[in-house]
Amino acid sequence: MATTGAVDNGVLRRGMRLFALCVRGAPLPFAISVIGASVYAGMTIASAVVFGKVVDRVIVPSFRSGHARAGGLVAAAAAIVAVALVKALGIVARRFYASMMLARVQAEFRRRLTRQFLRLPLSWHQQHSTGELLATANSDIESMFWPINPLPLSIGVVVMLVATIGVLLATDVRLALIGLFIFPAIAVVNWRFNLRVKPRAMRAQVLRGQVSGIAHESFDAALVVKTLGREAAETERFRERSEVLRDEMVAVGRTRAVFDPLIEMLPTLGVLVVLLVGSGRVAAGELAAGDLVKAAYLFTLLAFPVRALGWVLGDLPRAVVGWERVERVLRATGELAHGDVDLPVTADPAALAVRGVGFSYVDLPTLSGVDFDVKAGTTVALVGPTGSGKSTIASLLVRLIEPGTGSIAIDGHDLRELSAGALSRHAAFVPQQAFVFDDTVRGNIALGVPVSDEALRTAARLAQAERFIDALPQGFDTLVGERGTSLSGGQRQRIALARALVRQPRLLVLDDATSSVDPQVEAAILRGLAQSATAMTLVVVAYRRATIALADEIVFVDGGLVRDRGTHEELMIRQSGYADLITAYDKPVEDDLDDEAEAFESEPVG
Amino acid sequence: MSAADIDLQAIAAPPLDQPVGSWQTLRRGLALTPEFRIGLPLTLFFAVVATAGRVVVPIAIQQTIDHGLRSGGGVDLALVRRAVTYAALALVATTFAGYLTNARLARSTETGLSALRVRAFRHIHDLSMLHQATERRGTLVSRVTADVDTVSEFMSHGGIHFIVSIAQLLLATMLMLFYSWPLTLLVIGVFLPLGWLLHRIQARLARRYDLVRKRIGEMLGAIAESVVGAPVIRAYAVEGRTAGRVDAAIEAHADAYLQSVRVSSVMFSLGEVFAAIAVAGVVVAGVTLGVGGGLSEGRLIAFLFLVSLFITPVQTATEVLNEAQSAVAGWRRVLDILDVRPDVADPALGGRGRSLPPGPLGIRFEQVGFRYPTGPVVLHEVDLEIAPRRKVAVVGETGSGKTTFAKLLTRLMDPASGRVLLGGVPLNEVAFADLRHRVVLVPQDGMLFDLSIADNVRHGRESLNDAEVTVAFVELGLGDWLETLPAGVSTRVGERGEALSVGERQLVALVRAYVADPDLLVLDEATSAVDPATEVRLQRALERLAEGRTEVTVAHRLSTAELADEVLVFDRGRIVARGTHAELVGVPGVYADLYASWASRSR
Repeated sequence: MATTGAVDNGVLRRGMRLFALCVRGAPLPFAISVIGASVYAGMTIASAVVFGKVVDRVIVPSFRSGHARAGGLVAAAAAIVAVALVKALGIVARRFYASMMLARVQAEFRRRLTRQFLRLPLSWHQQHSTGELLATANSDIESMFWPINPLPLSIGVVVMLVATIGVLLATDVRLALIGLFIFPAIAVVNWRFNLRVKPRAMRAQVLRGQVSGIAHESFDAALVVKTLGREAAETERFRERSEVLRDEMVAVGRTRAVFDPLIEMLPTLGVLVVLLVGSGRVAAGELAAGDLVKAAYLFTLLAFPVRALGWVLGDLPRAVVGWERVERVLRATGELAHGDVDLPVTADPAALAVRGVGFSYVDLPTLSGVDFDVKAGTTVALVGPTGSGKSTIASLLVRLIEPGTGSIAIDGHDLRELSAGALSRHAAFVPQQAFVFDDTVRGNIALGVPVSDEALRTAARLAQAERFIDALPQGFDTLVGERGTSLSGGQRQRIALARALVRQPRLLVLDDATSSVDPQVEAAILRGLAQSATAMTLVVVAYRRATIALADEIVFVDGGLVRDRGTHEELMIRQSGYADLITAYDKPVEDDLDDEAEAFESEPVG
Repeated sequence: MSAADIDLQAIAAPPLDQPVGSWQTLRRGLALTPEFRIGLPLTLFFAVVATAGRVVVPIAIQQTIDHGLRSGGGVDLALVRRAVTYAALALVATTFAGYLTNARLARSTETGLSALRVRAFRHIHDLSMLHQATERRGTLVSRVTADVDTVSEFMSHGGIHFIVSIAQLLLATMLMLFYSWPLTLLVIGVFLPLGWLLHRIQARLARRYDLVRKRIGEMLGAIAESVVGAPVIRAYAVEGRTAGRVDAAIEAHADAYLQSVRVSSVMFSLGEVFAAIAVAGVVVAGVTLGVGGGLSEGRLIAFLFLVSLFITPVQTATEVLNEAQSAVAGWRRVLDILDVRPDVADPALGGRGRSLPPGPLGIRFEQVGFRYPTGPVVLHEVDLEIAPRRKVAVVGETGSGKTTFAKLLTRLMDPASGRVLLGGVPLNEVAFADLRHRVVLVPQDGMLFDLSIADNVRHGRESLNDAEVTVAFVELGLGDWLETLPAGVSTRVGERGEALSVGERQLVALVRAYVADPDLLVLDEATSAVDPATEVRLQRALERLAEGRTEVTVAHRLSTAELADEVLVFDRGRIVARGTHAELVGVPGVYADLYASWASRSR
């Protein structure tokens, strides 16, 4: 990884480009925060100058003369407080506007990432894990902008350093030389420290992920761990990783233990040298006592801000890596191309023609030479063993993915010729995994389309969802999803079905969309669909005989090929594979998932 | 639900606890994590020495000015050189002490935290199913990960500064008192209102940070929808709507963040202002005092340096205080889970664990009732006797109590009333070490670990080698299935076994149970559809597995009930019928109804 080495030129160059990007993203906040940082820098030096002056013009004369002039004292106090007030204003401006810059560019990149997630085709999504993509939107973006917040400060620090050296030069060349040595030394030591500790910290991060992975897996399998008495063995497995992490953290701590006191010591050392050299200069009559105090004070004041330079440089490698990961998503291509054909507005069911369709999933051929027709208004069941390619066909029909070869046409139009969004106005798809948005039931069914309450209820009734929705605390306005009321698998599937039905699609594709619904309820749904007033063409991926029985035609798929087509009776006679499969399905399963309290695993995961 | 969803729950951590009771947490934490205290006195001693390094400069300045520059005969360079040399030596010593402090603290805290993590992990496994189920799994995971990490992060970044700051504050105060007590009172007088103010702002800032955390959770949730819900979003062409929702969440997060920054940037600038007021006050009062002979020039100047030494810890402390609060909150959450007493406890822990009698086990339920703490009664006074070696199928509608029955039988839960006996021994008196080897449950979907098939099977019996695992598969008639796998028993099953189908996962789970060689086998039949070849293998393996053992199957297919020696029919928490399939199916009742509805769907 690029981050384990020293900051090479490449990282530095890319880091500067990243900075430029951020500055362009929010120029005004950046400018204000740099001004604030410069004010802060100027006032820090001013406070030392004032301090020196107060010593020379007020304290020393007063002690010499034995009496204090009230005017001088008041002026001194006023100057000290005034400088601090301006400095405080500088701090507020720098902090607030630096954060504003950060917030803006971060939000902008998160927006861009999400747009890209939404734009890229499903085939791209299938090649990237959810966790990976979310990590990019979260931690990669965060580390990418990590050095942005202290950026204005470090610019201010550079200003401060230059000014300090100037002030020291004006005071005494020898004291300035001490500064020229000590300040860069602090920055360098801090930078080396960051370089040393960062790879370790990142390794610790990886280890944390592993520790967390074991915990996830182990708690997921809590039932097995318990019933096989594996608690001690699991704890040992966890302890082993936890202790590797501990050792890494101790190593990080030890590195810090070396550098922290060292960085703290350097400015103090500077002050001592200043005292030693300065006293000689005072003895030689070349320097006033106040100037000596001023120089010493400057060293103590600058010790902390100088470290900010190290922070920015030290975080640069990680930021660049984060940026690269973000860019990888932003640069990804493969957006579906759309034509300009709009299907005519009609309520008639749609017809499908599948011709010579082949599809490969990451170089693995999953379908080849698939040919079949779905006549308008008929119901076709896709039947076949696990992994035969049924779901792939279903996804192809609604153009979630594109065929590698061949074509699919709806009402005579190749899907690729349709304009963006045209297909989804005519066809609805319900996937195996019912997805529920973090929204109300109403919002989940309507998905932004204006729908009357009546239509909503009709769809819910048809999906056999109306009863349980009405039983929810706020009925159709109940929040469901991640942070809302939790629904059982069957309930989620019924909401997903209602979502499809409310659109009154001319083509409905169900990919085993009722697998978690009780068989009786499923039967009711299918009866309802058959008698439904709106005529539609129905393609179902089916497992249960009751579902299969509903079909006008069955497409029997095995090993990525269409083995046969015909009615159930025909296939039972001439296809032994089909008959075997159906016999196995004849042992139907009851579904207990609807009742959380009755399941062994009250919260199914995965 | 995907793994990513769980992570989101972990990120959206519960809001910060109030600082109330932080001391209690500290005391409890130190008691439960003795590793923290190892070598602590010496570490604290080094910390004090290290802090002393910070007052070296003011003392050296005072000595230089009062005795070096202002001595009777002009500048005394020898004295200055001596003062600087001593100071430099002191500096080296204190720097080394600083290294020792940091290194020692890192070791003791990380050792302690790792031990705490492991302890909490074990404890969570020791909690009953019921308790584990009441918390979201992601929450349990964050108890042993994110929560402990917060404490660790705090200790390695803020914690040391915090300790050193407090020492520095005390040391600076002592030295200031030594130089001039009236000026010290003045400085403290100025800082008291600052302390109060910071405390108030801190509370407000903590609330804003809470909001930021909440918004992060919501934002990530919204972004997650655009990834997890990709198929639905595509199919319904609702990209625009989703983007709008995400944008709103991103905006809300940025707003909340800037609100917190508004508070924190003011907070961090306050220290500067108050420090200046203190310095100005010290100049005025110090000169006035000094002119009267109460204070030397060098002492006054040294005092001014001390004021900045006094102020940095106050600032650091406020900065660190917020982190400290979340660290304490994280620590408390870990301690809280350790405080939960396992309600289904291993009697062996009390030294009273009994063993089950050898051989196949008979089952007896005496007046057993069960209800979930907040729910209705799910099992009413069940009385039952099952002879050893019987094959029993348990059937009933969803919610009838059949799964609860199986959970009580395996002591995943304890009954609310009555008792369960195996081989004549009350279940709650059987040591877990014995119970978990004699009674094995095979769950619905296998529940495999991301290991090889052989390693998964070894969870049933650790001593087996790969060849013996293969033999076990052959004995259950699954040798042909193994041959279809790319690497035989060394094939990795993937996360949660997802490289295998549901049916195949249960095959592995059956072999795992087989090698454990239990005397009572409890089986939760798979509900998902399984392809024909796997189905045949499952049936064959099950028959061989059950040979010579007592077997209780929670049956979801009535074909299983047809083959059982005996069927228990559950309805609304009671056993309403019992007998063979042939006896029950002819009599009008729950079983006949169940069977009729099942038959109509399958034939």
